[in-house]
Amino acid sequence: MPAFPEAARKALADTQLRRNLAHATGTIRAKREAVVGEVAEWEELRLAGAAIKDNTLRRLDEHLLTLEASLQARGATVHWARDAAEACEIVARIAHGHGIDEVVKVKSMATQEIGLNEALAAHGVTAWETDLAELIVQLGDDLPSHILVPAIHRNRAEIREVFRRGMADAGRPAPPGLSDEPAELAAAARLHLREKFLRARMAVSGANFAVAESGTLVVVESEGNGRMCLTLPEVLVSVVGIEKVVPTFADLDVFLQLLPRSSTGERMNPYTSTWSGVTPGDGPQEMHVVLLDNGRTRALADEVGRQALRCIRCSACLNVCPVYERTGGHAYGSVYPGPIGAILNPLLKGVGVDEQTDSLPYASTLCGACFEACPVRIDIPEVLVHLRAKVVDAHREGVPKPEAVAMKSAAWLLSDARRLGLAERGLGVANRALTRFGRRVLPGGRRALGRLPWPGSLWTNARDLPAPPRESFRAWWRKGGRP
Amino acid sequence: MSAREEILAAVRGALREADRTEAPVPRGYRTVTPPDVVDLFAERVVDYRASLTRCTAAELPDAVRAALGPARKVLVPDGFPIEVAGSADSAELDTFDAVVTTAALGIATTGTLVLDHGPGQGRRALSLVPDVHVCVLRQDRIVPGVPQAVAALDPARPQTWISGPSATSDIELTRVEGVHGPRTLHVIVVAD
Repeated sequence: MPAFPEAARKALADTQLRRNLAHATGTIRAKREAVVGEVAEWEELRLAGAAIKDNTLRRLDEHLLTLEASLQARGATVHWARDAAEACEIVARIAHGHGIDEVVKVKSMATQEIGLNEALAAHGVTAWETDLAELIVQLGDDLPSHILVPAIHRNRAEIREVFRRGMADAGRPAPPGLSDEPAELAAAARLHLREKFLRARMAVSGANFAVAESGTLVVVESEGNGRMCLTLPEVLVSVVGIEKVVPTFADLDVFLQLLPRSSTGERMNPYTSTWSGVTPGDGPQEMHVVLLDNGRTRALADEVGRQALRCIRCSACLNVCPVYERTGGHAYGSVYPGPIGAILNPLLKGVGVDEQTDSLPYASTLCGACFEACPVRIDIPEVLVHLRAKVVDAHREGVPKPEAVAMKSAAWLLSDARRLGLAERGLGVANRALTRFGRRVLPGGRRALGRLPWPGSLWTNARDLPAPPRESFRAWWRKGGRP
Repeated sequence: MSAREEILAAVRGALREADRTEAPVPRGYRTVTPPDVVDLFAERVVDYRASLTRCTAAELPDAVRAALGPARKVLVPDGFPIEVAGSADSAELDTFDAVVTTAALGIATTGTLVLDHGPGQGRRALSLVPDVHVCVLRQDRIVPGVPQAVAALDPARPQTWISGPSATSDIELTRVEGVHGPRTLHVIVVAD
């Protein structure tokens, strides 16, 4: 995966993508605002959500043991997985144990994070995504670009093509003469997937919440594909990140209010399923829960970053982010895009490991809109700044990066009044030059240069350089403060 | 070391310096209740593009018949309060036109039905596979909001919370009803 600036440049050049994204994020933003506005106690709910999650994280070991015990008491088998490979291995082993070579899947961030579909394929097990958007992504051999609406970057004409080309190879072909009407496309997906639901013997899900005290798992969805997977097959495996735990069933009253309104902008999502282990005569009679670490304990150890584990994956931060709205999800190179992805990925993987992850804390304007929208009050800007410092620290040895050199020279210049005065005189000259040659005009009439020679080009490739002011503040002050 | 031991050790290591005292959780939201919960419930159900009938207990048989319309093969789980012709369960759910169930409770602020799959509700798949779902709810089972619903429900029972018909907005955020679940949801609220 390329680092964010490079991937973003490619995304910015795709006008179709930008149009699809602007339409989608704008629509969800407006819906969310309307339904959040209906709830007078919204701020209190946010505070309650943050407090419950923080309390849980601070005693996570105790809550995990309680969860394990209650799941086992309700007839579920509990597995623990340190990393992605171990989790995938467990799921494959369960499938093989039953002689199963295809599974249906409920949309789940955790299973995408661990690359379960690819890992199962390597074990000879086909995994079918059943969420409509995930199906579009899977049939199009594409990557998801949004947490909630993974195919947000595709319009209806593109989706029709994906169905016409991809459905036949995966099972029931698209009906002849399929139009690009959303209702017709959804109906084609219904027919295509129903075959799979009715024949599947094993399903894989994630969980939005896992209640420690009662061993209850919760899946929140809209289409009914989740309900199909959770009730029709014989065997159900749920891959659950260890941060998904909440202490009591009663605590769900906060999150079942915060999540749907923040996520899809609805008062409630069409379907929520809860189950506590095996119910005789109803649903799968064999249940497994895989408790997944995969970097979560690393994030937990970061005192500032720990709050990111409160995240309930609503995606509200994506829809309000000016950077996400223009670049889309693929630029973040991860299943967790947008502001939350910019902090979650470095926290889970660690900084200084690869260029791509290290570039993410910089993929932000620090405008703070994400914090305002976050239903569990994750201070994303605070964590971004904290992680930028960690990225810089991780690169202290070896050849310094261009920013580090620039910052060092700036420190040298700014720490001495005489040097600064000289530099400021230089700025006046630069202003006269730029005002003549700068072809761009910024809002407000100031001229700007679009391109500097290397190494300045590293900066101006993605930004305009505004012309410096005609005179410095100190020069103006010496003149008696008259313009 | 097993994965379990290693993860628990990592959690404890990460929290070694952490202050483990519980922060207070504000719970004022639990006492907020809207007026006229039955009217609000009815309004919100319709807002979800479900259809709604309000009737008395005596009118219920006619209301159910009307809601079922032309459906010929109907599932009626054991324990359903009135006599309706149909089968209680089947392995071939896909061949049924409609299902009639009761519900454990309704939530006014969100227009949600909650099934806990007790008598009259059937197993979870029954209210999912047929294309029409007629759900009968007694008016006194409507609670004001999500907090009151969560407080009244038993976590040991499987639950299905239903708000309107199955829907997707995955294609250009255009809402389409009926992807995998019932395309038609008809709610009948029975007065006490």
